[in-house]
Amino acid sequence: MEINNSQITVMSVRIDNSEGVVTAYLQGELDHHAAKGIREEIDESLERLRPSTLILDFKNVTFMDSSGIGLVMGRYRTMQLLNGKLVVKNASLHIKKVMRLAGLDRLAEFE
Amino acid sequence: MRPVNIMKVNFLSRSANESFARVAVAAFIAQLDPTVDELADIKTSVSEAVTNCIVHAYKDGIGEIYITVKIYENDKVSVTVKDKGCGIENIERAMEPMYTSTQGGERAGLGFTVMQSFTDRLRVKSRLGFGTTVIMDKKLGKKSVARGT
Repeated sequence: MEINNSQITVMSVRIDNSEGVVTAYLQGELDHHAAKGIREEIDESLERLRPSTLILDFKNVTFMDSSGIGLVMGRYRTMQLLNGKLVVKNASLHIKKVMRLAGLDRLAEFE
Repeated sequence: MRPVNIMKVNFLSRSANESFARVAVAAFIAQLDPTVDELADIKTSVSEAVTNCIVHAYKDGIGEIYITVKIYENDKVSVTVKDKGCGIENIERAMEPMYTSTQGGERAGLGFTVMQSFTDRLRVKSRLGFGTTVIMDKKLGKKSVARGT
């Protein structure tokens, strides 16, 4: 019997670096289970590249709970230490609604 | 009031089951033809409740999580998420926005805030050493009237 795995979305991140701007393209469902691996991958890049701007691109994030808030807040702190800024891009209405609960719209730039 | 439909599911407190739990609840309430927003609100609230069981209730091991979803007339949904974990010492404090008992790990302390904001009513019962039950009620279809039977 074949098992259809198409419903299962594994979270992943692709990281681009261009002239001091690191963009993390997030993909999948961002919950507590997925957050740890994503966080480690982004932090490794920030440590290595020390960018002036970090863009978190949520275009392909299909679900997010408060674990995503922790992810954004933690990266905001790291970017503050680097004297840089954090930009949140392409977040869906629902993701923005979750982020607003934590006042993230006051910490990061939304595009 | 007696529910018109009930679904029960239980599973181990492994973090891989967070997505299973919210998708299972969403699939069950799909019969009410919820809006995309309503579905996202419920999935997010379930995800928070289940994550609390995994991160807090069963922080020292693996236990079972029990979810019951009841559908009432007038499209009212009640989701119960129960564990037999460590229990909450001070529910009021646990429910404060930004409060977290977790050291490190970047928990935002907003789980209960999300559940409160995204549902109509949240009840939390807990007994130290015996476990916690979270009950979330939400009325669907506030914006649209036309629904099938």
